[in-house]
Formats: sequence, structure tokens, C-alpha cells
Amino acid sequence: MSPLSRRAFLGRSAAAGAGLVIGFYFPKSSSAQTAGVFSPNAYLRITPDEKITIVVARTEMGQGVWTALPMILAEELEVDLKQITIEQAGASTLFGDQGTGGSASVRTTWDPMRKAGAQAREMLISAAATQWGVPRESCKAESAAIVHSATGRKLSYGSLATKASTLPIPDNPPLKSGDYKLVGKSTPRLDTPSKVNGSAQYGIDFHIAGMKYASLARCETVGGKVADFDATAAKEMPGVTFVGKIGDSAVAVVADSTWNALKARRALKITWDEGPNKGLNSAAIFEALHNADESKPVKFFSVGDISNASGKQIEAEYRLPFMAHAPMEPGNCSAHFRGDECELWAPTQVPQDCRDTVAPLVGLKPEQVKVNVTLLGGGFGRRLEHDYAVEAALVSKAINAPIKIIWTREDDMRCSTYRPVSLHKLSATIGDDGLPTSFRHRIVGPSINGQKGSQPVNGVDSDFPDEASFTYPIPNVSLESVVTETPVPLGWMRSVYALQMGFATESFIDELAAAAGKDPFEYRMHLLSKDTEIKYFDTSWSTARMRNVLKLAAEKAGWGKSLAAGRHHGIACFGCFSTYAADVVEISMENGAPRVHRVVSVVDCGQVVNPNILEQQIQGAVVYGLANALRAQITIDKGKVVQGNFDTYQPIRMNEAPKVEGYFVPSTEAPTGIGEPPIPPLAPALCNAIYAATKKRVRALPIQS
Amino acid sequence: MPNFSFRVNGSEKNADVSPETPLLWVLRDTLHLTGTKFGCGAGLCGACSVHINGALTRSCITPVSQVAGKSVTTIEGLGADSLHPLQKAWIAEDVPQCGYCQSGQIMAAAALLQKTPHPTDQQITEFMTGNICRCGTYERIRRAIHRASAGGAK
Repeated sequence: MSPLSRRAFLGRSAAAGAGLVIGFYFPKSSSAQTAGVFSPNAYLRITPDEKITIVVARTEMGQGVWTALPMILAEELEVDLKQITIEQAGASTLFGDQGTGGSASVRTTWDPMRKAGAQAREMLISAAATQWGVPRESCKAESAAIVHSATGRKLSYGSLATKASTLPIPDNPPLKSGDYKLVGKSTPRLDTPSKVNGSAQYGIDFHIAGMKYASLARCETVGGKVADFDATAAKEMPGVTFVGKIGDSAVAVVADSTWNALKARRALKITWDEGPNKGLNSAAIFEALHNADESKPVKFFSVGDISNASGKQIEAEYRLPFMAHAPMEPGNCSAHFRGDECELWAPTQVPQDCRDTVAPLVGLKPEQVKVNVTLLGGGFGRRLEHDYAVEAALVSKAINAPIKIIWTREDDMRCSTYRPVSLHKLSATIGDDGLPTSFRHRIVGPSINGQKGSQPVNGVDSDFPDEASFTYPIPNVSLESVVTETPVPLGWMRSVYALQMGFATESFIDELAAAAGKDPFEYRMHLLSKDTEIKYFDTSWSTARMRNVLKLAAEKAGWGKSLAAGRHHGIACFGCFSTYAADVVEISMENGAPRVHRVVSVVDCGQVVNPNILEQQIQGAVVYGLANALRAQITIDKGKVVQGNFDTYQPIRMNEAPKVEGYFVPSTEAPTGIGEPPIPPLAPALCNAIYAATKKRVRALPIQS
Repeated sequence: MPNFSFRVNGSEKNADVSPETPLLWVLRDTLHLTGTKFGCGAGLCGACSVHINGALTRSCITPVSQVAGKSVTTIEGLGADSLHPLQKAWIAEDVPQCGYCQSGQIMAAAALLQKTPHPTDQQITEFMTGNICRCGTYERIRRAIHRASAGGAK
């Protein structure tokens, strides 16, 4: 990697007004103290030359952690972002779980980053007070210096670094409770300048001397393997240095350039053992969901007893397909196996899992595998998988040289992991007043974590606690799960189960409102009108907070006011990752298809760290959610994924991108998630708008199927 | 193998590669100009957009043999000595999220402004619809193009 120099950066980035140097951080041990370097914790280093380095132990995949996390530490440290450089941590043992996902980066590092900055600040104050021989209380931290207010004396952090590094580290330094200088202020992203001049280094851009390039032909039939292959022709292609089987289901071609590897791959003659799934197709998969054994559903949330409720019975079924993440940067990873160690340059959301997964597969211990984390050209959950890294390590071991493997777009579409299919059976009873006396939601579908072998929580997929909620205080509620099996590889895709749960729940609530003859917004507000908290797993969901986001969304969208001719509104709200979200979608129908003109998206995610990034995340979530709703669909035929590139799996382009207005309800609660929560209400709000326009319910995604 | 000569960002370059090799891989693997991105390999997403003799071109489906003797501009060379007004506008509007598609977006926008210095929303939409962004940065891309068109970053 060739880090952009700070000087060059500052010369070019006056408009952004912030500095950035990216390096890889691999401390020798947590207690190592290099002479003169002040490093009270793994997140921070201050050197006598005034260099203040903040380490980011999450992965930057577009969600802004290279900016938001340093802001949190810098707030307590009393430094400006212009005064810092940042480093990306590789897989380490110093930061706890470095996994980046679950809209968790800010909410899980809020306390550690604040504490890291505050520890250093307190120690720097002590160092200065000692040097001056004045009481600590007469000193304060300000813009990377300690100031003695009474005399106006000032010592820079760099000049105090050596002294501070000898002082005891406070366990519980005082933290700010408000009156922030950085937190809550709209701040330009530190990574932007490198992303507009081509210098940002993604995994796919990695290069070291002597590196070869590999492309792998994988069995596209689910669960299939390589039976036999003839490499004769491929080996004769220009630049090819190796052809060999990698694992059970792939053949790798190694060449002196990406293109030569891709070209030679086409010359491979492979006989596949397609295995038991070669007859699998989407129709059969959905039929199996409908015919699933529902004799033993697991109740994962329950209030009252739905069997005791009386009233008018209403039922509906909803369905969602497999979906692919399709990040813009196709799969890739570089690796260098060197006998007793292996180094990876991985675009990964989970460097530690990546290390631990790769190590035994190449005959090493985890501590012999070093994982450098690169920038990600989109994650969306796809880079929670280790397939790229495993392939790279295996190929490097096979050829005894550094390698970069690159997936094609078709590889990414057809050999991925997918958001699981699901079938949702909802039923309710409504009383004479139109309000529900009972509500049942049964989700039938395969379990991502179950397929990957991890243990359920209270009998359901361990993602359910974070990715669903129930926020309506209805007297009798039952949420139930029926787990089915599928051979199709499953993965966590942005908002994961919240998309399914939100779509079914909020579509059905709209149906109940219609059955009651009530306005869908007023109906929800009425359901939420009582101030209470609903305990769902470990999260207490507040009706007041949900009411606030719903109300603000309706106000900003002009709900209930007259719209332009042919325009219609739909609304939905949902909670996930401890965040409250509501979307109002404004559409018109053109030739039977919805056109989305405007989306108002409101969240309550506690204390907002950087409203600039919050707006980006909302805009991005709406566009991603719109693709999910309109046409994101992976179908299976003859055991293979049908879609291959952006012609058959079409993301939203500018011509379909609506105007998105993002708002947040101000809050001083601890921060919660933002990367995913605006997504779940989007699809139901859109389908509810279609109902408002056509009086027809869309109960299966994608809408354009 | 044939040796192809062409100019990249003002400098003379050579590549000893087979003639059908897409310009994208010559830029990335041979010349180590990695700002131009691989997204689809089929001319569908625009991440690989460059200018060839000033014309917006998908480098992933352009054989290097067609580039011989021509002049290529990539994101690294878009601004001659300083940033191009669009790059400044991109910073001012803080457009990128993951950033992977942004080189292509900026190269496309530069071609738009070359032809249409003051595009309307509709003209921006029509021109920029060839470039996919999975992070959904479209609104800020539009704002940045308007900003650059109105005279650059303020």
C-alpha cells in the first residue's frame, strides 16, 4: 500500500479541511510502550513530533467509520480532526470483536472510543500539571494542548507525550455528557478526498512485487463439485503459470495478469459433479415453504394469549425471494503464504473470523495468519463471508507466491450467499372499533445462522433479537418461527431479517387499517398512543419514540394534505438494531408500475455522531431498499442461480432514484444503529402506497416480478 | 506479443499484451493506475469509465488494440495540476460512501459538462443513468454536478 502522505493530502483537500493518513496497525502487544510514544490504549498514539494517531478497529465500507469513530475519540481528547491521522486496524486481539455489521460500529464503540480519548486527556493534564507544579484542576485540554488558564501557559500534546506515557492509566476517566464540540456536528468525511482522485485503495487495488493473478471456475450448481478437469488448453494460454483444483468445487487458473487468468479460465474443460441439487428450482423452493411442517412453531415473542381473542378474523400471506448483495467491488483478496505464516490483504467485514477460518485450512495457527483490512467497495453483508480469503490463501499456498484472486460479476452473482426466502403468515382479530385484539405473525423459512451451524437463541435464529421488534401494544401477540432447510447458501444482507419482518408486519398493519376503514397513519398513531415500553428479547421498545418518528415522517411528507394529481402516499414504521424508523413514500403509477418520486425517512437512533453521514446512510438505505422492493430477486433453475450481471439483476440507477429527505429525532440517548434501520419500512411503505393508488395489495416481493 | 503505444494522462505508455486485452486491465495491472474500477466486465455499470480522445468510454469492453495511438484520461489525470472542478464539487458535497463507483461517476460527469456545461436535472439524469452506485449517492452526485456547473466548489 502506498499511503497518501499527509502533506500531499492537506495540499489538495482544503475544501474538506481534514487530514487523513491510512496505515495498517499491528501492535506487538497491548502493554508495549515504545519510548516517548504515549499510547494509553490500543486506539491512540501520540508522539513527540505532535502526530496523533487514532486507530479504527472497524471496517470502512462506505458507512463512514473512518470519520465517525475518530470523532468520538477526538471529542474526549480535545483535538480537532485536522490534527489527527487515522490507521485501519487489521485482525487484532486488542479491540474485542472487530466485526463490522449489524449497524453496530458506532453503538458498540461509543463507550470504548470515548473512554480511550478521555484516558489520554486526563493523563496529559496530569503531565502538564506536574511539569508546571500547579493543581490539575487549574489546567484544561484544548485543541491538542494543555492550557494553564491562570497564566496562559500552554504545552502541546506532543511535548507532553513522553511524560504522560509514564503515568498511571485511569480506569474510569470522566466522560462528557453533552456540550460536544464534534459529536453531533455535520462533518465532512475524512476519506472523501482519496475517493475522488483514484488514490483510495480497495482490496482489488492491492499490489506487491511478484504477485500473480488468479481466477477460479467454481461449480455453479448449488452444492456441486469438480469431478474432473482438463487443463491442457488453459496451460497453453499466454501468461499462465498454474492450473489446479482448489477445495472440492473450484479450479484456479493463475497467470501474470487478471485478463490472462480470465481468458485461460475459459479454456478449462471441467466435468462437474452436480450432486443432489441439479433439479432444484425456485418454484419447488416456495412450494416447500408452503408445505413446511408447522406442527412445532417456536414462539419467540408472546403477549397475552391469541387463542382467547375474539373479533373479525383477517389473514394474509407475504413472500420474499432470495436476494444478492451485489456490492460494486466484486469479490477479491490477496494473500501471501510464506510457509510458517500467511498474510492476507482482505476486503473483509470480519478480520478476526477471516483469520481464524483461513488458518486451519492452510495448516497454520490463527496467530500465524495476519489479516490486513482494506477499504471495501461496498459490504452490505457480503464481506462477512470468508470465501475470497480462503481461496486466496489456498492458491498462494499452492503456488508458493503472492496472489490476488478476482471474482467476476457473474461469479459474485452466482456463487454468493443470499438473503433467505421467507413466507409470512399473518392473522389478526379486530374488534368493533377496528383495533386488533390479537396479532399473529409466523415466519416460515430457512435460518442463516442455523445453516452456518450457530446456536439458536430462544429457539430462533440468533439474528432475530436485533433484527426484529414488536412495538404495538396489542393485548395478544404471538410471533412464531418455523425453520426450514435449503441447500442454497445463505448470508446476512443489509438489514437481514428486519427486511422480511418489517415488510410482512407493516403491510399487514396497513391491511388492518384498511379493514377498519381508518387512515393508515392515524391507525398506527392510535395503536401507539399509550406510552409504554415493550420488551422484545433484551430491547425495550418505546411507543413514544416510535410515535415520534412516525409523526415527524408524516409531517415532513405532508401526509393527509392534497398531493399532485396521480400521486399517492404510503407509510410504514419499524424498529431494528435498537433504532426507530419510519418511511413515507410518494408514488404515481405509470403503466401499472409504481414510480417513486419522493421518500421521507425519519429515524431515532439516539445521539447522532455525524448528521452528514447519517443523511448519506438514509439516502443509501432508501435506494438499496427500493431495489430490494422493486426487483431484487435471485431465482434458481436446474440448481443454479439464473441472474448473472447487472442486466438481469438490476440495481436502482439515477433515473429511478427518488428524492430522499432524511430526518432524525434529536436524542441524547446512547447511539444505536443507522446503516440498516431505514430499509425495512421502505418496501411496505411502497406497497402501501401502491394500495392507496390501486386498491390492490402487493404481498410478494419483488414488486416487478 | 504486440506492443501497443498510447498516451495516458499525458504520458507515453506501452503495453506488451494480447490485442483483445481490455484497456481496464492494462490500466490496472500493467500501469498500476487502479483508480479505474472493475465492476461488471460487460459495459453495464460504468465503474471503468475513462476518456479516450475526450470521449467517455467503458474501458472494460474496449480492447487495447483500439486505443493504440490515442490519448486516455483516467481519474488520476482528470485534473491536470490540481483537482478538476467536479472533484472539488464532489468533496464539497461529500458525495462518496464506499466510493468504489465514484471514479466512473466523475469521469461520466466530466464528459457531460464538456458537452453540456449547464445541464438540467433531466439532462443529468439521462447522462448519468449509465453509472450504477449501490450505496445510493445519486442525490449528492446530482448536487455536485450542479455545483461544478455553477462555477465550482464554494
